[in-house]
Parts: sequence; C-alpha cells; structure tokens
Amino acid sequence: MSNVRICVLDYGSGNVASVRNAFDSLGFEVLISNQTHDIKASTHIALPGVGAFGPAMENIIQEIPLDILELEIAKGKPFLGICVGMQVLANVGLEDGRFDGLSYIPGKVERLPEDGGPIPHIGWNNMNLKFDHPLSKGLDEDSDFYFVHSYAFVAEDPRNVVGTTHYGVDFPAMISKNNVMGVQFHPEKSQKNGLQLLRNFAELS
Amino acid sequence: MKKKRIIPVLLLRNGQLVQSKLFKEFKNLGNPFKAVERFSQWDADELIYLDISDGGGDSFSRSDLKVGSNFSITELLIEVAKSATMPVTFGGGIKTLADAEIRLRLGADKIAINRILIESPNVSTEIASKFGSQAVVGSVDCSKIDGEYYVYHHGQIDLNLKLIDFVRNLPTRGVGEILLNVVDRDGMKSGFEIPLYKRVTDEVGIPVIAMGGAGTWRDFASALAETDLDAVAAANIFQHFDQSVYLARKAAYELGIPVRKPTLM
Repeated sequence: MSNVRICVLDYGSGNVASVRNAFDSLGFEVLISNQTHDIKASTHIALPGVGAFGPAMENIIQEIPLDILELEIAKGKPFLGICVGMQVLANVGLEDGRFDGLSYIPGKVERLPEDGGPIPHIGWNNMNLKFDHPLSKGLDEDSDFYFVHSYAFVAEDPRNVVGTTHYGVDFPAMISKNNVMGVQFHPEKSQKNGLQLLRNFAELS
Repeated sequence: MKKKRIIPVLLLRNGQLVQSKLFKEFKNLGNPFKAVERFSQWDADELIYLDISDGGGDSFSRSDLKVGSNFSITELLIEVAKSATMPVTFGGGIKTLADAEIRLRLGADKIAINRILIESPNVSTEIASKFGSQAVVGSVDCSKIDGEYYVYHHGQIDLNLKLIDFVRNLPTRGVGEILLNVVDRDGMKSGFEIPLYKRVTDEVGIPVIAMGGAGTWRDFASALAETDLDAVAAANIFQHFDQSVYLARKAAYELGIPVRKPTLM
C-alpha cells in the first residue's frame, strides 16, 4: 500500500471531503484534484457525487478532463464511482429529463418505484452479493450500508451487477465492469463496512 | 430491508455540549469534539448535531446564560467531518441558502432547519432545489394543549399553528425528513409520545424522526415497534452510559425490530 495514491475527482458535488477523510483515516495517500498530472500520477481514481444526474454530468464535463480520465481507465487503473458518481457511469439518466451519461457501464438510471417506501430512500439497507468480488472481500453476505437516493441504476448486463439492495425493487447497489466500479451507497458514511470496502478498493492493483 | 435508525443527538450551546430539560434547564457536558469521535467509534447509525446557542441557535428558542466559545462553527464542522464515518445532520444558525451551503460543503450530509420553516417559507425550497430534499431536515418542536399539538417556537406555543397542518405541507416545501421534538417530554425520560408519531407518520409520506422522552433503551424499541417512524433520536441518555449506542440497538434488535446488527466496539 506504500505506493497507493488515490485521486478524488471534484466537480463541486459536496461530499469529496468525506471521501478524502475516509481514505486518509485508513492510511492511504489521497488528494482531491481534477488536474491532468494528478489524475495521471494517481494509482486509483474515485468519483463521488450527490445531487441530480443532469447537473452532475454538466459539472463533470466542465471540470474533469474526461479524455485523460478515460485513457487512465483504459490502462486498467481502478475507478470507483460513488452514489451519483456511480449513476453517471450509465448511458443515460432519466432524472428531470434525459441526460447522456459517461457510458462506462451499459444501463440507465431511473426513479425508484413510488410504492416501495418513502422517496428518497434514506438510511441503512443491506446488500445481497451476487458473486464474490475483490471489493466485497471481508464483508458479510448481507452487510448494511448507508443510502441516500431517489434514482437507481438499471444495468443492461446482469454480469455487471455485483450486489443488489431491495427498496420496492431490487436495484444494483454495486456494479463493476473490469476496472470500473460503482456503489450506490456512501461507503464513506457506512461505518466499518464502508471503510472495509474503501480499503478493498485502495488495495486493488 | 431498510433499517430503522437510532440516532444520538448532540446539543451545542455557546460552545459547550449540554443536556437539556424542557428546553429551559441546561447542564454542561463538556467537549463538543470528543463526543463525535465516540459516537463514530460506537458505530452509531447517524449523528444529529444541533447548535442551540442564543442568537446563533436556530432550532430551539432558549435564553439564559451566555458563555463565550473559542471555536467557530466552521472549525467544528471540519473536525466533525474528520472523525465521523457516519452521516451527520447539522442544525442551528441556518437562516439562508448560503448558511446551508457552507455547512453542507464543510461536511454535513444534511442540514436541519427550524425557525426559518416558519419565518422564511421559501428557504427550504431553495436549499432543496440546490442540494436535494434528502439534505433538508425539517426540525419541528411541538407542545400539547387540551389534547391538540401546536408548533412551539420562540420559546412558546403558537396557538395559530396546529402541528398537523404545519407538517403536512413540509414535503411540498423541499423538506425530505422531519425531526419532531416534543418539548413537554424533553429530558423527562417518560418515553416517546407514541400517538402523536402514529398520526404524523400517517399524514406525511417522508421519514419522521422522533425526539423527546427517551428514558430507557426499551423506549426506543417501543416507539419503533408501535409506529411507522423511520428513526428515534435522543440526546441525554446517550451521554450517560458507556457503549450507549450498542445498548440501545441491542434492545431493539432483540425485540425483532429491523435495526443494524449491534456490534460491541
């Protein structure tokens, strides 16, 4: 872990400090930056996010050098999207309109069903793991994580869905395609389980 | 399955952590930073931090002694964000969108607003448009007279503001969650006001957090079992016992309430 260097991308989404603090508390070198040289020099990249899909994408396009980011991802650098940072990995988001996503993992982002409970889905809920994944190392089959969202990912390919959570519907709580990963919950706010997941991410090579 | 939450509340008053009774009497509990660390280590579901200082304090209207604090809200928030690996709601002193924004940027996951819900009805909508309603907790204080609940603000009951009418409209004003505090039960250890919470959760489609009256661990479990509350909160009781968060959750877990598995830290 001595040469781990995590770059947390910042596009004004709000919770970057919490993500930085969580990696920091685990003893990993971490910085918040959108600079090309920092993205290139990093070993891992995280994209946090809160808020709505459309404005998030608009800010991402404005603030983050996506061509550089995609080159680094193509090299195999581990990438983790958190909450809206996971949602924007889809092709399209249907929150307050129709917006193009980053298209890193095939799917769309839709509103949770109205009959599943109050929306937003706020609070702790368990994730059912569909298969073993390096990110879930050391986690119980049924671990609780902290969620805050009204929209959820709908994956085109079930092989990209590592774990699901039930709230009116089974939605993907953790997705993965090669070195691109995403979690709908907030690992930085999910106590021990969340820290374990972030540690797992940072230890990927 | 979504879990019910049990939430410790920290009351900050003029720079000191306090415990309170009936919104009138306060006892100093000391360092406001250490408590966050402790609740984080004890694996709390969430933390609510309310600044009830005179002037700066938004939630609760109280008045008596003033003790100068030697740190700013900004410094406190930065420290809280460092040690909290759980969601944090921060309330107090929020009068404008800009006030909310500062707190959310510094590490609060949600802000709790109280007086401006009454005094500036548009501010909650403005905050929600920018940060989403999940970030807006409507903190409402109430009191009962002749079997009817009224909103309590500026240190008194407002007979023009029936609680049920008031909370019914909050979801349309950007409020994503309601923290409903019963003043008459504050610090009284008499249990939660269960009939009230049944009525309010029937009325609003958003999560409701109960506060006021927790005297035993069993009180949390009863309130969660008998109502559709999403969460129960308390201040004083969590300060008085080592591993209080674990004990509260264990009592609920053993009664079959869907809470996170209790783990001793």
